[in-house]
Amino acid sequence: MKSIDPRINRLNLPENNDGKEVLDKLEQWETYEVFHQKKRGDQHVHVGIVHAANPELAIIMAKEAFGRRRQTANLWVVKSSAVTATDYDDQDIFETTPEKTYREASDYYCMDRIRKYQQEHGIKDRKEDRRKKKESV
Amino acid sequence: MYGNAQIDSKDKARSLTEGEDPIKLAEFEARIIRGEKIEPKDWMPAAYRKQLIRMIEQHAHSEIIGALPEGTWITRAPGFRRKLALMAKVQDEVGHAQLLYSAAETLGKTRENMINDLINGKSKYSNVFNYPAMTWADTAIIAWLIDAGAIINQVTNSKGSYGPYCRALERICSEESFHLKYGHDNVVFLSTGTQQQREMVQDALNRWWTPIMHFHGPPDKVSQHTEVLMRWKVKMASNDDMRYRFLDEYVPKIWDLGLTIPDPKLCKNEETGVWEYTEPDWDEFKRVINGDGPCNKERLQVRRWAEEKGAWVRRALLKAETKYTIPLA
Repeated sequence: MKSIDPRINRLNLPENNDGKEVLDKLEQWETYEVFHQKKRGDQHVHVGIVHAANPELAIIMAKEAFGRRRQTANLWVVKSSAVTATDYDDQDIFETTPEKTYREASDYYCMDRIRKYQQEHGIKDRKEDRRKKKESV
Repeated sequence: MYGNAQIDSKDKARSLTEGEDPIKLAEFEARIIRGEKIEPKDWMPAAYRKQLIRMIEQHAHSEIIGALPEGTWITRAPGFRRKLALMAKVQDEVGHAQLLYSAAETLGKTRENMINDLINGKSKYSNVFNYPAMTWADTAIIAWLIDAGAIINQVTNSKGSYGPYCRALERICSEESFHLKYGHDNVVFLSTGTQQQREMVQDALNRWWTPIMHFHGPPDKVSQHTEVLMRWKVKMASNDDMRYRFLDEYVPKIWDLGLTIPDPKLCKNEETGVWEYTEPDWDEFKRVINGDGPCNKERLQVRRWAEEKGAWVRRALLKAETKYTIPLA
């Protein structure tokens, strides 16, 4: 086979091939999920996967694929098979149901009760004093 | 670097939704209308899965094969800085392939099967890479204008409906911006150089104009398939739309450099705002994509050689207890 690339010419490649499947099953090994930390103190964030024969090689692949361009402090790789995940079909388990307002800060307000108590017992409202001061200035 | 989703002419004319559970299908389509992404384990129509595998796989192959015409020039790059930059670009393209193969895998086709289908000619890749990079200027034109076409396509597709593909494309697009600047820099350098350099870049543009016009694929036939794939946000714009966007943005930049485009009919109709041009030779496009281009055989034989020569390393590292797991996301 003639090419404009001398390196390819040196390979003496045949014009045709036997059509064989070159890659066997699993030849790209296992799948690892990659987690990337941009700088110390940040969370590790899932960025994608690599294929590798062992965790050490997975780190090398992950460095090339996900650490090669962006600022990186740390990488984790985890076998995909080791991850247990929820099912999107069960997404409703995460919905904060409306009756669970007792878990929200906005559900707690007690000024009405304080004012009522202060009026009944003759306690001065601090904030009213401050308001008056502001107005006089 | 890749073109838009192509409708396979071998696809049966039957409806893409035939045999699907109507309730699940309605839920699926409602999710897409709401702008939600589809994730790997979600229910999806068989035709959606098939079309996406084909599209993402072809995109991945295009990145791998696209590295070859440019890679040819690494050893002969003019100067050390340009050699380093070209190496970085080529490595990026191979990295993009890794990201895309991973996205395609989430749909259930193994990476081994995809690579086998590539080197046996069962899967396609972008047609432009079946043409040779004759001179250094060809690599400049490829890095600028082919990557420009690819960015237009990839930015559009990143708004699609399949989560893993969108995420891969977003990362790819951010790297492609370097390729575009690098390619433009090379073309500007040659265009503003000596007479010989100008001629070299003009010749390269002349050679590459037809492949560039082919890049986004032939005008789409108006068909039910296209309509369904658009509704499913698999295909995000028509091939002609992508081509118009490319011409609109890049033809003026080419003319800025005093280069000529080898199409006397090419102009923007001031009244309609539409680009008019000579249709490129679509018979040539079909002939080349079906295997009869100047470099088809070389591209696949080089790929096959690389896989065959690397097989012993991959097999030596393979442990008996290895089990395949589909990527999570």
